[in-house]
Amino acid sequence: MSSIPMIEQTAGKGAARAAQRGLGSRRRGAPGGTMRRPGFLTYGFLGAVILGSVFPLWWSFLVGSHDSSVISKGVPLVPGGNFFANAASVLDTIPFWKALGNSIIVSTVTAVSVVLFSTLAGFAFAKLRFRGSKGLLVFVIATMAVPTQLGVVPLFIVMAKLGWTGSLWAVIIPGVVTAFGVFWMTQYLRDALPDELIEAVRIDGASMIQAFWHVGLPAARPAAAMLALFTFVATWTNFFWPFIVLDPSNPTLPVALQLLQAAHFVDYSIVLAGAVLSTIPLLLLFAVAGRQLVSGIMQGAVKG
Amino acid sequence: MAVTDRVQTPPPNTNQRASRDKSVKRLAFSQKVSKWDVKLSPYLYISPFFVLFAITGLFPLAYTAWVSLHSWNLIGGQGKFTGLENYEFVLAQPFFWNAVGNTFSIFLLSSVPQVVLAIAIAAVLDANLRAKTFWRMGVLVPFVVAPVAVGLIFNNLFADQAGLFNELLTGMGLDPVRWHSDSLASHTAIATMVNFRWTGYNALIFLAAMQAIPRDVYEAATIDGAGRLRQFFSVTVPMLRPTIIFVVITATIGGLQIFDEARVFDQAGLGGADRQWQTLTMYIWELGWGQRNFGRASAVAWLLFLIIVLIAMANFLITRRIATQGGRR
Repeated sequence: MSSIPMIEQTAGKGAARAAQRGLGSRRRGAPGGTMRRPGFLTYGFLGAVILGSVFPLWWSFLVGSHDSSVISKGVPLVPGGNFFANAASVLDTIPFWKALGNSIIVSTVTAVSVVLFSTLAGFAFAKLRFRGSKGLLVFVIATMAVPTQLGVVPLFIVMAKLGWTGSLWAVIIPGVVTAFGVFWMTQYLRDALPDELIEAVRIDGASMIQAFWHVGLPAARPAAAMLALFTFVATWTNFFWPFIVLDPSNPTLPVALQLLQAAHFVDYSIVLAGAVLSTIPLLLLFAVAGRQLVSGIMQGAVKG
Repeated sequence: MAVTDRVQTPPPNTNQRASRDKSVKRLAFSQKVSKWDVKLSPYLYISPFFVLFAITGLFPLAYTAWVSLHSWNLIGGQGKFTGLENYEFVLAQPFFWNAVGNTFSIFLLSSVPQVVLAIAIAAVLDANLRAKTFWRMGVLVPFVVAPVAVGLIFNNLFADQAGLFNELLTGMGLDPVRWHSDSLASHTAIATMVNFRWTGYNALIFLAAMQAIPRDVYEAATIDGAGRLRQFFSVTVPMLRPTIIFVVITATIGGLQIFDEARVFDQAGLGGADRQWQTLTMYIWELGWGQRNFGRASAVAWLLFLIIVLIAMANFLITRRIATQGGRR
């Protein structure tokens, strides 16, 4: 069946482990410990999965690059030359650039503030002793399960009272710090930041906030980058609340896409050109930071 | 000497004492500051989360209950106290129960296959692959596509007339499916969008959990003569149980609030001509911003909140029972 058990039977467990370690990585092999390279079937299945992941995006580019008169007869399997014309129609229909700017502002501000506040709170929960810290942390974890989206009606009433409906503040403020972020940072800083380090700077006369600034933040940097990435993606793709609280004249990208659809429902080539345009920024981000996104999900899973 | 001594020594002496007094005082003051610094800082650092969650999370949820007990509309604001009238009205609406059914139907269609497929993909990713990072990134691509964009793309793929999926079906000699009028078909289409976006993400979570399973368990299974499939079902899957529960709980909380993909499945955004795919969150939106009746919208929001809490609690109790069997910490 597999090669490692063979080594095990002939040369003992130690040799089997050595055979595995010989591969240089600390990675385990497939279940059962086979270290042979997986076969054609495995790659075939994976290839199909990747195809399924990427195909809808490719499809929307195909549709978006043809004229709608061509589309109605069925979609050709090669891109057409009409993408820019369709993109121009998108720009005519919706305030695309404004929406893009809004999405960038909202996602960036949210990501930065979530990282800052979550790291502050995580620093306190992980490293400082104070009365009630355990109970408060349990409370934070419990709030991760609270479907805050269901409070939209009063939230809208509050925003209307403040006169913020239609402004980006209405979208930014509710997301400025998240329970997930606090929990994530607490978990990370617990292991990543040695207590002695804080004690050392405290003895040198640093105040708490200086200790946080000079020791806490630098130690948190890797986790902070991942948290920023996650928050950015989550905020960028968020639709329900912005859809409720923003005006059509001042949307974020997903809200603008919905407007585009309302205007050109059956004109798929324009609608999908818009879908492609709105996805490009995040695809670029993914090209740059996809690796961090993957390891962030995997780290969070083990700790979660 | 003695005289000068006696004359000269006091000044430094007093000087010294004065300065020592001063430094003692300064020390005492800075110690006091530092004591308060140590005492208060933690609370200061965690306060942003608690204050903000209270204002934008907890208070609106509690206030939802308050609004739901009043006649309240978007324009006129708070009306008179009506008790449970909004609830009575909503619970008597066929559209409400229709939305409950749709929500659960879409939720089941989008979570069961998703978990099964995610575990399968994770198992394959766990093999000793070449270009590991490439494959892992590949399955995560859909995660960065906004649900609204996913909705628009799949809306085209699932188009009743000349959509790709129907073209494939007719090409195989089957009847085209009426994705936008048949209710189960529309649920399948919307669930497919959810699965498209989240399966890879969850596969990575399962992959991480698989890599945390101790090797010797597999060694023992191998020695006992278990084949690879047998190992997968008797070792891997049981060891993944806590992770499965975790994924199911998060999928429940998010899935029962589904809105985006269903909202853009047609132009009107009310869930089809007969509300075939109107979900509870869409119904909340219709009542609150379509009919401008905040009281009724809040009643539905609160009912949905209770449903989610009940299901999450049930999940939690199951988790506790399972967690005693060990597995992931």
